[in-house]
Amino acid sequence: MQPEPALIIEESPNNLVTAKDAQLDITLDQLKKLVSPRALTGENMLLNMGPQHPSTHGVLRLLLELDGETVINCIPDIGFLHTGIEKTLESKTYTQGIPLLDRTDYLAPLINNLAFCGAIEKLMEVEVPIRAQYIRVILAELTRMNSHLVWLATHALDIGAMSMFLYCMREREMLLDVFECVSGARMMSSYFRPGGLWRDVPSTFEPLVRKVLEVFPGRIAEYEKLLKENPLWKERTVGIGVISAADAINYGMTGPCLRGSGVNYDVRKAMPYSSYDHFEFDVPLGTNGDVYDRYRCRVEEFNQSLRIIKQALDKLPAGPFVTDDRKVAPPPKHEIGYSMESLIHHFKLWTEGFRAPEGEVYFAVESGKGEYGILLSSDGSSRPRRVHIRSASFSSLQTLPQLSKGCLIADIVAVAGSIDIVLGEVDR
Amino acid sequence: MSDLINIPDGLVSKTDVFRGEVTLNVTRENVIALLTHLRDEQKFDMLTDETCVDYHPREPRFGILYQLYSVSRNTRVRVKMMLSEHDAVAPSATGLWKNANWMEREVYDLFGIHYEGHPDMRRILLPNDYVGHPLRKEIPVAVEENQFSFNRERVDAGKIYVTE
Repeated sequence: MQPEPALIIEESPNNLVTAKDAQLDITLDQLKKLVSPRALTGENMLLNMGPQHPSTHGVLRLLLELDGETVINCIPDIGFLHTGIEKTLESKTYTQGIPLLDRTDYLAPLINNLAFCGAIEKLMEVEVPIRAQYIRVILAELTRMNSHLVWLATHALDIGAMSMFLYCMREREMLLDVFECVSGARMMSSYFRPGGLWRDVPSTFEPLVRKVLEVFPGRIAEYEKLLKENPLWKERTVGIGVISAADAINYGMTGPCLRGSGVNYDVRKAMPYSSYDHFEFDVPLGTNGDVYDRYRCRVEEFNQSLRIIKQALDKLPAGPFVTDDRKVAPPPKHEIGYSMESLIHHFKLWTEGFRAPEGEVYFAVESGKGEYGILLSSDGSSRPRRVHIRSASFSSLQTLPQLSKGCLIADIVAVAGSIDIVLGEVDR
Repeated sequence: MSDLINIPDGLVSKTDVFRGEVTLNVTRENVIALLTHLRDEQKFDMLTDETCVDYHPREPRFGILYQLYSVSRNTRVRVKMMLSEHDAVAPSATGLWKNANWMEREVYDLFGIHYEGHPDMRRILLPNDYVGHPLRKEIPVAVEENQFSFNRERVDAGKIYVTE
């Protein structure tokens, strides 16, 4: 008869438990709810993965319960990148808050700006000039491509396709050049303002975007040649991390993860904002909801983004780039010289900021990861009472325990990569 | 827009429409019944967001906001429940939507609101030994000072600069 295995978990003096291969920062009672009894006796292994693991895409920590190489339980631990952005926003004026939003989903900063400005515009009932809306669409789609490029680069690198990383990062430079030309910053661009844009786009903007439109289709075909029918790639992705449509909706998954399961929900189509209804594009859908289908959805979105950018650039109208509502947007600099009223508006906007009416609005946009929403609560002053950031990654990451249950430890890397998380917007 | 949502009498205390968004105000006793009705009868199958707003110094002070979306109807609705500071306990919606789990943990972590019936009520963003709930309005925005030789004592004493 085998002797009864001893409890390998020890309680430390501060009531937190430690196991042989994992430092845990939870109490024994909490741990018992999360893992199976076999883990407590040492028959299953508790293994720590992250927060410094390169395949967890940032500072994500996973506590794994393993039986051999099979994952029994996966417990994500987040918060390592929590910087209190929501709290800080409460002490800033609306305009001052915009650069902070860049730091949430740092791979798609302009889409975050668009959500925040859109929420303010909805609350203040501000009309955005059509030229500004089209430029916003072009830049948002370039940002989506930027987000997908970094995703494809790191996801393929995780699975072992090293060259994809180099190719995608090479193409990303072209997009960063566009952001630099409009805003002066490559990554933290903060270019959108409530009511429009910071300034009009420079003359170098259109040639740079035309170059993107010219070069990208060939490069995407190159990626397709490398991965689409690659047997090694398919071996690692087809049938892995499957989630059904009903489960994905119940988990609040959005974006390519939800569309990979065949649910046609894209905020750009469902509730068009910033003139997205002026452009023709398709929403790529998957069928199986596995890692491969999510990959297909994102790569197809490259082509759709290029389509939108081409239409917007061809139709780009002339006109003002920011609203003429002086309560929200500052007057042109030259007006300050001769107009007393403009001087007052300028002074009020840069000292106190504008006051928003009391109330709550929710404004959502489609970011690279899914639905990125801003819940804005105003108390009537020039600073928000509360800004809540509804990030797609926060909801999608919750599916990881279900997706990885029963798969091999190496597949966790593929699954975590395929739901495309950015820890900046998970932890905020 | 509000006529699309037919609610049985007595569940909702007040319906607000602001900027085209419908908000259903509900008491704590009725919130789970209302959410179940919205999910099962009205096809609001996705919990987009669940969060808290601190209306200090108003009393009751905390507003729990549920942002629901219906994929088939393409409609949003918001459910709002007010909670008093002295009785900040809410029923958990984890039985209805799985992603309520982390969202409620976040509200607990940042606002100190307890959820009854939640399977795993612990902090999520902040470390386990953190004291207090920082998104409450009485907690000021503070900065941690860098320690140099001239301010060594002050930083060691744990004094913080408060902005605003």
